[in-house]
Amino acid sequence: MPQLLQQLPDASYADKQTLIKQLAATHDPRVRVVLNALLEGNLYARSSDHQVFITRADGDNLALTDPLTAAPAGTASSDGLTRIGVNNQLRKTLRVALAQFDLSSPDAGVRREAVREMLRAVDAQTVEVLRGRLHEEQDKGVRADIRDGLALADLDSGDADTRLAAVKTLAGSLNLDVYNRLSSMVEQASDGSYGESDPRVRAAAQSSIRAINRWRIFYSGIQTLLFGLSQGSVLVLAAIGLAITFGVMGVINMAHGELMMLGAYTTYVVQLLMPQHIGASILVAIPAAFLVSGLAGIAIERTIVRHLYGRPLETLLATFGLSLVLQQAVRDIFSANNRPVQSPEWISGQLQINQALSITYNRLYIIVFTFVLFLVLLQVLKRTRLGLEVRAVAQNRAMAKAMGIRTEWVDALTFGLGSGIAGIAGVALSQLTNVGPNLGQSYIVDSFMVVVFGGVGNLWGTELGGNALGIVNKLLEPYSGAVLAKIFVLVFLILFIQRRPRGLFPQKGRAADG
Amino acid sequence: MIKAVMGRFSGRSHSAKPPRVGPMLAPNRIETGPDSSRGVILYLEDITVSFDGFRALNALTLYIEVGELRCIIGPNGAGKTTMMDVITGKTRPDTGSAWFGQTLDLLALTEPEIAQAGIGRKFQKPTVFEHHTVFENLELAMAGDKSVWKWLYARITPAELEHIEQVLETVRLTERRDERAGALSHGQKQWLEIGMLLIQEPQLLLVDEPVAGMTPQEVERTAELLASLAGRHSVIVVEHDMEFVRSIARQVTVLHEGSVLAQGSIDEVQSNARVREVYLGV
Amino acid sequence: MDAMTIGPRNRLIAALRADRGGQWFLAVLLATGVLAPLLNLAVPPSSALHLSSYTVTLIGKYMTYAMLAIAVDLIWGYCGILSLGHGAFFALGGYAIGMYLMREIGTRGVYGDPVLPDFMVFLNWKQLPWFWYGFNHFAFAALMVVVVPGLLALVFGFLAFRSRVSGVYLSIITQALTYALMLAFFRNDMGFGGNNGFTDFKDILGFNLQAPGTRMALFLVTVLALGGSYLLCRCIVASRAGRVIAAIRDAESRARFLGYRVESYKLWVFVFSAVLAGIAGALYVPQIGIINPSEFSPANSIEIVIWVAIGGRGTLYGAVVGALLVNYAKTYFTAALPSMWLYALGALFVLVPLFLPRGVVGAVTQLRSRMIGAGATS
Repeated sequence: MPQLLQQLPDASYADKQTLIKQLAATHDPRVRVVLNALLEGNLYARSSDHQVFITRADGDNLALTDPLTAAPAGTASSDGLTRIGVNNQLRKTLRVALAQFDLSSPDAGVRREAVREMLRAVDAQTVEVLRGRLHEEQDKGVRADIRDGLALADLDSGDADTRLAAVKTLAGSLNLDVYNRLSSMVEQASDGSYGESDPRVRAAAQSSIRAINRWRIFYSGIQTLLFGLSQGSVLVLAAIGLAITFGVMGVINMAHGELMMLGAYTTYVVQLLMPQHIGASILVAIPAAFLVSGLAGIAIERTIVRHLYGRPLETLLATFGLSLVLQQAVRDIFSANNRPVQSPEWISGQLQINQALSITYNRLYIIVFTFVLFLVLLQVLKRTRLGLEVRAVAQNRAMAKAMGIRTEWVDALTFGLGSGIAGIAGVALSQLTNVGPNLGQSYIVDSFMVVVFGGVGNLWGTELGGNALGIVNKLLEPYSGAVLAKIFVLVFLILFIQRRPRGLFPQKGRAADG
Repeated sequence: MIKAVMGRFSGRSHSAKPPRVGPMLAPNRIETGPDSSRGVILYLEDITVSFDGFRALNALTLYIEVGELRCIIGPNGAGKTTMMDVITGKTRPDTGSAWFGQTLDLLALTEPEIAQAGIGRKFQKPTVFEHHTVFENLELAMAGDKSVWKWLYARITPAELEHIEQVLETVRLTERRDERAGALSHGQKQWLEIGMLLIQEPQLLLVDEPVAGMTPQEVERTAELLASLAGRHSVIVVEHDMEFVRSIARQVTVLHEGSVLAQGSIDEVQSNARVREVYLGV
Repeated sequence: MDAMTIGPRNRLIAALRADRGGQWFLAVLLATGVLAPLLNLAVPPSSALHLSSYTVTLIGKYMTYAMLAIAVDLIWGYCGILSLGHGAFFALGGYAIGMYLMREIGTRGVYGDPVLPDFMVFLNWKQLPWFWYGFNHFAFAALMVVVVPGLLALVFGFLAFRSRVSGVYLSIITQALTYALMLAFFRNDMGFGGNNGFTDFKDILGFNLQAPGTRMALFLVTVLALGGSYLLCRCIVASRAGRVIAAIRDAESRARFLGYRVESYKLWVFVFSAVLAGIAGALYVPQIGIINPSEFSPANSIEIVIWVAIGGRGTLYGAVVGALLVNYAKTYFTAALPSMWLYALGALFVLVPLFLPRGVVGAVTQLRSRMIGAGATS
């Protein structure tokens, strides 16, 4: 390798071509850096001793790195250095050579990029390399890319049978290039000729296009489903705390949205306190928000709601007043503007499942998070002592009292639990929407509707109802736009509740008759 | 308006024609009262009601004759209240049929329609309009066309006034006619509710635990009142107080687990082995 | 009063006689109706007694609110239906008259189009949407003020009451109703001016809306409407139907078992109340000079309820008192201490249900009867 490198500065373009190939053939990892520098025009030769350096601009001078040892070699004025030139032909060769290097990278993403790079300039050699790689490649995605690429290359073949085989191979591909290419084959030009001359191949291309379309529809269906689920999960998050305070206790808490807002602001404060650890801040914020909103909820229950049991309409008014106070308090403390809450890196970005299907991580997390929260809540109500007492009080307060359950205590804790869940929902919402004083307000109508739609007193109803509404909303959106979709869903809910006032999953029996 | 002002409820005059809730009910679907020409006012056949798998009524079959006073007894959860709910249209049974006389299918009618057709109900817990005066409570209960438009302009007629006064006297609330019903004692509320039933002129009265919370004198008076109704009206009384049942009942039906366990005179029923088993566990 | 001694025919008159609070209210209203024009138009502006047009408009606004409060009190205080969407009916009435006022602008708009209101020209619309037809006639618009809220209430109430949606469930879906309408009216495509709504009105029935005379006329119409609605509602609650309505509030299933078709009664009151709210909205818009979708916001509707709660529900005049008190406080606070207003309003919401369950009027009555009681015993 040192010798090959030594020859580079003085070689002609034709020689350089050979040198590059020879260098690449060494499979020396240092070569990749050199070739990359050459491609980017950062490879220089010292005029004095023809020694080759990788350079980096450093003010007016160039910082030098020894390509063999990767050690810094001081700086030098550009006067004493000559750039090793490349032309377009060489650039192509370099890209392919680099791609070959990358093809053996352990990172599937890098390999994928390499395949794409190589397919830009297909020749006998790259086809050879790719064919070889196809057998070794473990990653499905990369293999599909190689297969598509090779098939695309085959489409240019003069042999109709090769083209036919290639078209059939491409039937399962979701690559947009493939789709465009196949479409151009069956398109009829103005003179009546087709992009593809052989009718057999054309027919195969037709059916491949149909197959591709079927898959695209399928995946876009899944995409809509996932989007709908994530939107539904937001609804469920907002509603599930309410499902406890309203559904189990029968208390209308109009300040529920503001308890979510408190959770979101808690996230903001936690991030202020630990600016170095944004990634962990969310994990800290979840219990913190649960405590803040939960304690606020207990305070609300003890001071206000407790005095208004059995007067649901008055409870509604009092808690609405409380929501006004909380909003104004937040405005006075944090300002009326939205507060910036950062998203940790592990939440941003998106998961690319294939070329037709991708979902952002925050959507994915919200679906998973909501479901986990829901299961935890379900277990809390089902298996813990508190859950048992909550259910007992909900069913028959007098009897529960007679059994020695401290109903007042249970009321406060239940309300605190529902409020704490609202706080956690606030943490999640802080990652999705703006954190401002009006955050809670925008969810309150929706979340009440979800609880009533699902069937009051039924957590499963809330979970399923919320997700169903989210999906319906997303299904409507392409046709009607977001606002109209929301209006449709609201109108549907109003009509639905009028048809079935007890919701999707009504509680039956004498207790529900009251 | 109401032509036939009801007499005092003192005598058991079998001759009095049952009040027809007739042509005044123009806007209502029920044009006529029940056809009880066969001597049976209420047919309940094979009625089953279940809540979440629990059968509150299990193929219940029961007939009530015209002018009969029937007592229904049974342990808690036997289905007594559910049965009343079915008759008054509050609960729809899963299966079975319920007819008021020969022609009125109760299962096809709404609560107000059933009430207009001539079935009155007194709740277990006394339910009167607490913010209205005693007089107004009776006025509200009075039979007649009860549509909004009519009631906006309607004034009370001298005949109606007289009718209210009579009922007030019957239930011994004349002195308290202008007081709020909420201010009455428990027993007085029970009576006011019975008064509201009377003024409704129903052919069938459903009376749920009429003497709960009453003093012995009040109980005696209530027994007298209910007994005086029989003959002119058909009455179903649900009661736990066996003493009271004994004092008024001719026919007793025992409900158990949603169906009829035994039926007969009070003595027959009390000596029935199965009834003893259910009630006393012996 | 003994119903027997005064005779059955005079119960309505007796009820009106017994309505002391109402008599006071009507007397004050009458005085306002006489004094305001005098002080505004006859007394020169230099005099200390002069009533500015601004104040006249403000009082006019309060009176439309008072009418709205009466409408809410009728269904909530007397029939037990807590509507959290009555602002929607108010806004619909306002929009109906607003459409007429927009058509009245004619060529005086910024774009000078004789038919299309400015916002439609701005949106590049070529012709008037069908639902704007007829609104160039005042009579048609006035009819729509009644018909649109009434029809919405009829359809909504029919479905809701038939399925026996009641209590908080009804409150929640009425709230959803006004929320959905708000979202809809915010859309430009709806043809109601999007989030700007309607404004810059020029005249009504050919009279300049800015002229003191026109303003005073609107004011007097509002006085009459408020007094009229009060009397009408008082007659309704004093009628036999009114007693049935209150009976439904107190024991719905009892009323049902007495043979009352509860649903029809509720529907009737609900529609009547919605129409009243619509008329109040129609009086509000020409005086204030603007209507936009924020009138539909759920918070607005809840605020109406608190006026009634503060004044004392189930008294009608209490609703008027509440509407005036809260709105005067709002005008005062938002000018003097803007950030305090929401605290104050919030505190009212919290404290009134806790400590004044029967409102100001209830508290005053209680206090008076206690004082009288104390006077009698001493």
